[in-house]
Amino acid sequence: MSGKKKTFDEHSIWWRVAADFLQSRVAVGGLIVLGLVVLAALVAPWITPQNPYDLMQLDVLDARLHPGTPSSAGGYTYWLGTDGQGRDLYSAIIYGLRISLLVGVGSALFAAVIGTLVGLLAAYAGGKVDAALMRLVDLLLSFPTILMALMILAYVGKGVGNVVLTLVLLEWAYYARTARGQALVETRREYVEAARGQGIPRWRILTGHILPNCLPPLLVIGALQIARAITLEATLSFLGLGVPITEPSLGLLISNGYQYLLSNEYWISFFPGVALLATIIAINLVGDQLRDVLNPRLQK
Amino acid sequence: MSAGDNIPTLEVRDLQTRFHTRGGVLPVVNGVSFTLGRGKVLGLVGESGSGKSVTGFSIMGLVDAPGQIEGGQVLFKGQDLLRLSEPERRALRGSRIAMIFQDPMATLNPVLRVDAQMLEAVHAHVKMSNTEARRLAASTLELMGIASPEERLLAYPHQLSGGMRQRVAIAIALLHGPDLIIADEPTTALDVTIQAQILSEMQKLVRERGTSLIWISHDLSVVAGLADEIAVMYAGRIVEHGTVDQVLDDPQHPYTQGLIASLPDVNQVNLSSAKKRGLRLRQIPGMAPNLLNMPGGCAFAPRCPRASSVCNEMPEMSTQAGHQVRCFHPGTAVEVTA
Repeated sequence: MSGKKKTFDEHSIWWRVAADFLQSRVAVGGLIVLGLVVLAALVAPWITPQNPYDLMQLDVLDARLHPGTPSSAGGYTYWLGTDGQGRDLYSAIIYGLRISLLVGVGSALFAAVIGTLVGLLAAYAGGKVDAALMRLVDLLLSFPTILMALMILAYVGKGVGNVVLTLVLLEWAYYARTARGQALVETRREYVEAARGQGIPRWRILTGHILPNCLPPLLVIGALQIARAITLEATLSFLGLGVPITEPSLGLLISNGYQYLLSNEYWISFFPGVALLATIIAINLVGDQLRDVLNPRLQK
Repeated sequence: MSAGDNIPTLEVRDLQTRFHTRGGVLPVVNGVSFTLGRGKVLGLVGESGSGKSVTGFSIMGLVDAPGQIEGGQVLFKGQDLLRLSEPERRALRGSRIAMIFQDPMATLNPVLRVDAQMLEAVHAHVKMSNTEARRLAASTLELMGIASPEERLLAYPHQLSGGMRQRVAIAIALLHGPDLIIADEPTTALDVTIQAQILSEMQKLVRERGTSLIWISHDLSVVAGLADEIAVMYAGRIVEHGTVDQVLDDPQHPYTQGLIASLPDVNQVNLSSAKKRGLRLRQIPGMAPNLLNMPGGCAFAPRCPRASSVCNEMPEMSTQAGHQVRCFHPGTAVEVTA
């Protein structure tokens, strides 16, 4: 695309995408932050002094301590303070990131698979099937997300698995609409006609030829939807309908500290909030750059 | 086998393909008939919208809504393709009957490597291991004059030049050694030198393998060098059909004569440039008719210098100067003074 390559390079278009992606410093910064967040979440037990979900390790006497106070049991310092149950906030944030990322990535992944299948099916089947599926999508997208989420969670109950389920139910529609639109565009491209002329079965054309061409926009939606899912989980937990109180996610930590904000104990909400903000911004920066790189209309 | 040898590869009888649009029904292919023997090359010539491409698509069974084949027969080795089920047609498509399209950039999938696309085309019809399929793909690329085919198999379409892409597309069509190839202006998007190379390679392959070829084109000069026969289409009908020599040297239909006259004359090109610039290119007066609002009789009559009151009826095919012409006033061209 940019600059003519004289040599016969064997790199795939994904290599070019990667090279284009690295052009933006801001996006690279976002990618680095995101990488650190994911890494921290993965190795949480080895980088935290305390397991905040193990009630035996919590000391209620250590509740709501200022940042920098040493722990009463000794051995480590609460660099970010403690919450109302005496959890080390630093440990709680790292563990909370785990849940947030799990919920975000998990729901985005499931929703992407389901939504893409539905979208391709709609585009492939056309007619009444298409109309029925797309009206369902319209219905889902026209409902206020939080309201729908509250209704579903009220029905299925709390828990990480149920939050993921709720988010999948709410988010597959975005993928379905994009996948269908993209598949309809791709279906009219000449390579599809050529593939039919080669006698390739229709379902193979759909999965082997059309689907790969639909992936770039779905990837962008996926990145942004992960951020959305994390925010939504935080919101639901904040409202008390998300993860269980014994295993706080970032949203629940913020919610727990919220009542102490006015008594100058800012850190219980503040630090989890900063972690959440940094994660969301990092994902959005990466997602935006992906969109710019993958959108053919914005290419040089 | 001896009985099979007499059956032509393709016989199209009174093919009718209509497009049902909001404005009305368009008779895009309106009673096209022709016969194509084994190893023969038919040049299907006409201007844009004359129905030549839709004729090709109808034979392939690739006409999509709002288009519909509404009559006639397409006999492929004696078997009527229009009576086959879709799975039966699919089995023939790409294996026995192949198609080559105009724009090689658009016909190759941009995100799949050449090998993925070729293996897919192989596996659509034959069960064979990937190694065998790869070997077949590489040897077919080599057949199309592609050097180091193994390396090209690993390339993405955007890494290949236009001519190379069309060679790959043609190689895909040749994979299963089809009996019939329908080529829809495959060299139009290429520059003239590449076009000449690909044409001569195609011609050689078709001769060697006894493959029948329908070459759809608006370019008489390309067809002249390649085809055995030429069929000229106008507004959904074949108006003149004969051997290359008959049609090009002694055209009987005024439309064919107009097409040939509108080609820039080589003698004109040889004139000094100052003189050449003053000469106008000849064109056929008027425009192709709107298919929604066709003249009752001969579709060419409104543009025809010889039209008379009989032309309000549709002329039938008749034999003139040894070949088929659909005209009430056939005759050798009179030199028009520019």
